[in-house]
Amino acid sequence: MLENTILVVSSIIGISLLLNLWRFMKGPHMVDRIIALDTMYINAIALIVLLGIFMGSPLYYEGALLIAMLGFVSTSAACKYILRGDIIE
Amino acid sequence: MNILDILTMIFLLIGAAFLLVGSIGLFRLPDFYMRLHAPTKASTLGIGSILVASIIFYSFKGDGLSIKEFLITLFIFLTAPITAHMLSKAVLHVRQEPRPDTLNIEILEDIRNRK
Repeated sequence: MLENTILVVSSIIGISLLLNLWRFMKGPHMVDRIIALDTMYINAIALIVLLGIFMGSPLYYEGALLIAMLGFVSTSAACKYILRGDIIE
Repeated sequence: MNILDILTMIFLLIGAAFLLVGSIGLFRLPDFYMRLHAPTKASTLGIGSILVASIIFYSFKGDGLSIKEFLITLFIFLTAPITAHMLSKAVLHVRQEPRPDTLNIEILEDIRNRK
C-alpha cells in the first residue's frame, strides 16, 4: 500500500516538474526562468526523499540536503547577477 | 498495515497536493508578480509535509528518532523567503510591467525608486 502511494506521489511530482519545465522554457523573462528552476530544485528534493522512503535507506538524505543548499546558492547568484550585472563584486 | 504507514501516506499525499498546487500556480498565473506567490508558499509547505512523512517513516523503523530531515525543512523554510525577496528585487530592477488592472499600481514607481 505504501509502495503504491509512493508511486502515485512520484507521478504527481513528475507532473509538477513538467509544468515547471514548461515555464522554464517559455518564461517571458529571465526571472521567470530563475523561479522555475528554484521550484524544480524543491520538487527534485521531494523526489529524492521519496526515493529514500521507497528504498528504505536513509542514505539519500545527504543528497537532498546538498540539492537544497545548491539550489539556494544558485538562485541567489542568478538574482545577484540580474541585480548587479556581476556576482562577486 | 499499521497506523504509521497510514500517517506516512497521508502526509505524502498532502505534500504532493501542495507541490502540485504550487507548480500549477507557476504554470497558469498571468504575470510574474502573481507567479512569485505560488512556488514560494505552496511548494515550501509541500516539501515540509513530505519531510514530515519521511521523519515519521524513519523514526518508527528502528533506530530511534530521526530528526535529520528536520534540517532540510529548517533550511528550506529559512531560504524560501530570502529567495522570494531577492527575486522580487530583481524583477523590480528589470522593470517588468505587471498587468494593467493590478490594484494600487501607482505606487510601483515609488517602490522602484526606493533604495
